[in-house]
Amino acid sequence: MTTDALSRPRTGTGAGADAGRGGFGWLLRSEWTKFRTVRGWVVGMVVAAILTVFVGLFAAGNATSNCSNSPNGPTLTGKACLPYIPHGPGGEVVNDSFNFAHQPLTGNGSITVRVISLTGEHANITNGHGAEVGAGPNLVPGLAPWSKAGIIIKQSLHQGSAYAAMMVTGGNGVRMQYNYTGDTAGLPGKVSAAEPRWLRLTRSGDTVTGYDSTDGTHWTQVGAVTLTGLPATVQAGLFATSPTYTVTNTSFGGDSNNGGPSQATGVFDDLAASGTPAGGKWADVAVGGGGPVGGGPGGDGSAGNGPAGNGPSGFTEAGSTYTLTGSGDIAPATPGPGSNYPTATIEQSLAGAFIGLIAIVVVAAMFVTAEYRRGLIRTTLAATPRRGAVLAAKAAVAGGAAFVIGLVASTVAIAVGVQLETSNGQVVLPVSALTEIRVVAGTAAMLAVAAVFAVALGAVLRRSAAAITIAIVTVVLPFLLTALNVFPSGVGDWLLRLTPAAGLAIEQSIPNYPQVISVINPAAGYYPLPPLAGFAVLCAWAAAGLALAFHVLRRRDA
Amino acid sequence: MSATAQASRPDQAVARAAARMTGTGLLDALHAEWTKLRTISGPAWLLLGVVALTTGLSVAAVGATHCPAGPQCAVDPTKLSLTGIQFGQAVVAILAVLTICNEYSTGMIRVTLAAMPRRELVFAAKAIVVTGLVLVAGALAAGGSLLAGHLILPGHGFTAARGFHAVSLSYGPTLRAAVGSVLYLGLIALLSLGIAAMIRDSAVSIGVALGVLYLFPIILAFVTSTTWQHRLERWTPTVAGLNIEATTGLRSLPISPWGGLGVLAIWAGVALLTGGSVLRFRDA
Repeated sequence: MTTDALSRPRTGTGAGADAGRGGFGWLLRSEWTKFRTVRGWVVGMVVAAILTVFVGLFAAGNATSNCSNSPNGPTLTGKACLPYIPHGPGGEVVNDSFNFAHQPLTGNGSITVRVISLTGEHANITNGHGAEVGAGPNLVPGLAPWSKAGIIIKQSLHQGSAYAAMMVTGGNGVRMQYNYTGDTAGLPGKVSAAEPRWLRLTRSGDTVTGYDSTDGTHWTQVGAVTLTGLPATVQAGLFATSPTYTVTNTSFGGDSNNGGPSQATGVFDDLAASGTPAGGKWADVAVGGGGPVGGGPGGDGSAGNGPAGNGPSGFTEAGSTYTLTGSGDIAPATPGPGSNYPTATIEQSLAGAFIGLIAIVVVAAMFVTAEYRRGLIRTTLAATPRRGAVLAAKAAVAGGAAFVIGLVASTVAIAVGVQLETSNGQVVLPVSALTEIRVVAGTAAMLAVAAVFAVALGAVLRRSAAAITIAIVTVVLPFLLTALNVFPSGVGDWLLRLTPAAGLAIEQSIPNYPQVISVINPAAGYYPLPPLAGFAVLCAWAAAGLALAFHVLRRRDA
Repeated sequence: MSATAQASRPDQAVARAAARMTGTGLLDALHAEWTKLRTISGPAWLLLGVVALTTGLSVAAVGATHCPAGPQCAVDPTKLSLTGIQFGQAVVAILAVLTICNEYSTGMIRVTLAAMPRRELVFAAKAIVVTGLVLVAGALAAGGSLLAGHLILPGHGFTAARGFHAVSLSYGPTLRAAVGSVLYLGLIALLSLGIAAMIRDSAVSIGVALGVLYLFPIILAFVTSTTWQHRLERWTPTVAGLNIEATTGLRSLPISPWGGLGVLAIWAGVALLTGGSVLRFRDA
């Protein structure tokens, strides 16, 4: 039987003879013919694309903002909520709201200060109801990890302009931050009267250098940054700000976020500046409405947002001691809670990719297991005795089909989805063209590699139910259950690092900024691994699966 | 596969079954389905998987959740303890799908239907046996999960002094959550059986069943329109059904606990009716 079967197809049927003669190209063609002539599989792939687009657009189309986080108040909806949206020097959308006691600084110069205290208050959120901005909030003492106060050299008083700053933070020690995305660690530990921190910024041309010190005599350089195109006269001074305080209640099917404002108060003395006008006074302005919660002067006029309250300005000067209170943040805007704007990401329109993933994994596994069920595998292997080549051809055909389907689906979903999000009043966080290509093509590649993984599982397990169960449990469920907050965050993070589901990280368009608190959750656009690292994990699983399948296929009778 | 030889014996069986009372026919069918499930190892492993995965995930969730001193711990201890149900339901769906689809993939369904021509009886017997087994496994899983919560949570800051109820069946809402979670798994089994009977192919059925379980909560996680959130929370099988686990904040639930389970029951009923009709009226 075996010898008979092995010899006949090679010389007998045309396809077999061609495969022997034409090599891998003909093998690919025969596998492609098998794939495209089974109606159920073609329908399955088309359904995968349609579901991906439909679910994605449904999610994008219904992601309306309710203004609850908007500085313009919760009564407006849609685009009307949107304040002026500042963009940073790098083109990214940023939050830029802080209280600023400033003087002009012309030419080269420096500013030095001692910080002796950083305290804070935040909205009292205990019963699931957030305090409303500007409505007489009920504040309780408490400092956010990224509450910050310190010195800053900024291109102008306009939101989004270039800057470099040295600061003490609520829970992250001394930092040097610049141009919204840059963040370098300095001295660790909290600031107090017993353990004050000296901070210094010097400007020389386009370069701003930051130093910190525990005693005011021994200085350590934290970093030197180049702010391209810095004008001759910049604004230098003290600043204080504190990001939105958010409590996330997680439950199956999404979180509810209760947020409220917070504010930070820094106490400074030993303030010295060079390059500023002789005898100049420190003028207070709440950039982007970043004064104390429920009070303070309004913005500088150019920003046009923020409640122009008539409470205290948040800046007092008593002898050589300065006290400054502010709220807001100087940081890149991120998806999810905590941003001043209803932010959306391009990959939110790819919410349906997981359902396309299920359909593609099912088809890819059946592409192999159906041959075992029908006994066709014996004919296939008789026609092409090089079993490794058969496996490679199957993986290439399933992966290629998944890539094309995925590319079409993700292109349509993102192109239309971003339009829908924008028209719903969402601020779609802009990314570079390269990132957009990586998200679109990466999603297609992720689907392709998952298909290859399913092919390998099918070849190892031979039974469609077992192969599909394992493929879905390892590729889709970790993503699903983490996105749904089923797992405690630590468990979910590790699953998204170790399982093939890590590959979905390729969809993330906005990096994880350590200086902005965000919940690592795929639904909010965050994965624990960087995009390419996550994709590499999926590739490693697919490669290991293929290697095992190759081994098993050659060693086992079909 | 000679049709005449096979047809004659079932004819006798039909005659015998018809001669007896209807209830005896169902008993025979139940016995047959029980024998089929009992004598292969797959279902036993899957049931063990339901218990182990549900309890395991619940223990992990309970063990990783702390309530440090401070005012904000919006956690429902009972619901937290039952976290694993959301994973266990996937295994339940796979078990239910395979009891139907394995018969189609092996061709056994033709023997089954020849021996028992009253197809609705076969379907009912399958549903009863599978659901019964799932209820037993679900009771063990929910019991293990709640026991973990009962033992671990008070040590993690969830104490009565801070206003958290004990995870104990003597507390009414927790008892409802426990019983409801077991019923929830039973309804998931029925829903999956209906899907499997409609689709017949195990691979596609598993894909569709898991899609139905997890698609709606994912959409809910991405949609921020309150109108659609409200609709999804009230009318989709898993999101509405899991309201049965809530023991705190009952007034702010999108749908009452039993109402939510009722929504899942409607989904399961429609799936069963459709699946049963497909089985009844389509050639096997």
